[in-house]
Amino acid sequence: METLTKTPISYKSAEEPRYKLIAENIVATYNGIEAVKNVSMKFRERAVTALIGPSGCGKTTFLRCLNRMHELSKGAKVVGKVLLDGQDLYSSREDAIIHRRKIGMVFQKPNPFPTMSIYDNVAAGLKLNGVRDKKIIDQIVQGCLEMVYLWDEVKHDLKKPGMSLSGGQQQRLCIARALAIQPEVLLMDEPASALDPIATQKIEEMINELKKEYTIIIVTHNMQQAVRISDYTGFMYLGDLVEFGETKQIFENPRNEITAKYVQGQFG
Amino acid sequence: MITIEQRAEFRKHFRNNIQSRLVTDRIIKGIVFGCVALAIIPLGSILLEVIRNGAPVLSIDFLTQPPGAVGSDQPGGIGPAIQGTLLLIGMSSLVGVPIGVLGGIFLSEYGNNRFGHAIRFFNDVLAEFPTIVIGLFAFVVIVLTLGYFSIIAGMFALSIIMLPIITRTTEESLKLVPVTYREAGYALGIKRWTVIFRILLTSAKSGLITGIMLSVARIGGETAPLIFTILGSSDFFTGFDQPMDALPLRIWRLSLLPYDTATAQGWGAALILILIVLSLNIGMRYLFLRKRGGGGRFRITTGG
Repeated sequence: METLTKTPISYKSAEEPRYKLIAENIVATYNGIEAVKNVSMKFRERAVTALIGPSGCGKTTFLRCLNRMHELSKGAKVVGKVLLDGQDLYSSREDAIIHRRKIGMVFQKPNPFPTMSIYDNVAAGLKLNGVRDKKIIDQIVQGCLEMVYLWDEVKHDLKKPGMSLSGGQQQRLCIARALAIQPEVLLMDEPASALDPIATQKIEEMINELKKEYTIIIVTHNMQQAVRISDYTGFMYLGDLVEFGETKQIFENPRNEITAKYVQGQFG
Repeated sequence: MITIEQRAEFRKHFRNNIQSRLVTDRIIKGIVFGCVALAIIPLGSILLEVIRNGAPVLSIDFLTQPPGAVGSDQPGGIGPAIQGTLLLIGMSSLVGVPIGVLGGIFLSEYGNNRFGHAIRFFNDVLAEFPTIVIGLFAFVVIVLTLGYFSIIAGMFALSIIMLPIITRTTEESLKLVPVTYREAGYALGIKRWTVIFRILLTSAKSGLITGIMLSVARIGGETAPLIFTILGSSDFFTGFDQPMDALPLRIWRLSLLPYDTATAQGWGAALILILIVLSLNIGMRYLFLRKRGGGGRFRITTGG
């Protein structure tokens, strides 16, 4: 596609921007069928990038390529490079494990570990990463649960199983679990689709707060949400990245006809 | 709320233990693959031994002729035994599969009460019964009552052996079908038995087939209960009320004979038995599971 832009178009490009995560020529297939067709994208540090597009356009698949989750599915293959701070995740299997530590992921459906308590769910990643100090674990668990606005609801029931929570609470628990390992990049696949408006608002506030330090990439169906929280937006359609730029520009002054139709709600 | 300063403090407690984790990962992987190799060695050596000893005696005559006179120049074949084993597997499945599957449906869908728990318990006990006891039971109930050894008695014993295996695997694979499928069916106003047969059984198909094939393999190799029920014979099928031969029985008899030809025939019969069970297994999977995508044709998994 002619208008495919590899870096977000910026009106004020005076200073050299820093890119935390760079995806180069990602082609993702399921059983030989291309779900993502040669997409390249650069994600700015300390910014929120939203991926929007109609169902089945490959945005979730693309997101799953960024931490090598896609290739775990049966029949799935990925070609391309993903550079985190300049290092390619796809160069060896070990690199995937090392780098996933720095990339947190929140899935569309809540998936707390069914046999673990609320506390253990949040602490799971910490223990794996060698944090032994109980006081520190306590602090991180409380802090992360506070960040997702779940602490007040569960502070007396930390030993209860994670599955005993409601769907929306489970999703917030999963976000807390992803935050606990103090990642540098956060991948979110429609994190708010299971949440009520108040929880959604709180999660959006949290994303705004995390942005001060994190690189956040969020897949969303909700265009208002993309406008509210993201700095950059990429529009995907049929496996292609059609347009990528500042959120304001994408929604107010799209350069591509399909993008314009989509953001105006004419299809999707 | 965790501040940036706090986060920097937290990160100091993270250990760069990636190397040790990768080492552990490799050790565990080595153990897993090692155990697989350990499990394959006896399997492979049994198979090789059976093929090495059994393949030389295979011939059309061996497969189709009745056994000849012991120790004579005409050793004959195992035709009646093959016929008997196929008949027994077919007849026992005819009885055992429907009852077992329906029993599994009961336990999974209606058995969440005291009655169900009791049945589940006794079903498990039955699965652990020594098969020779089941053979004796069939002997007392069928053979003594009717007054003769028969293939019917053999079917009775083998279907009892099949039942608990099929019931248990059916129940377990139905339980793996997510509740949401049932709810989706009921929400459309579909009747309960339709939900069970059209939605649940089709989702659990793979586990069901596995259970049925496990039980077929089990009864295909049973010898003890057959001694008390079908007795053994040198003739082809003549009636359901007559004694009959079967492969495991024939293998057992042949191995007791003090002649090299008989021992060789025993190996040949063992090879044929393995081939029958294997081809039934592959055939069933091909028939019922081939439509699955993603190379699922010969999946050997439970649940769906």
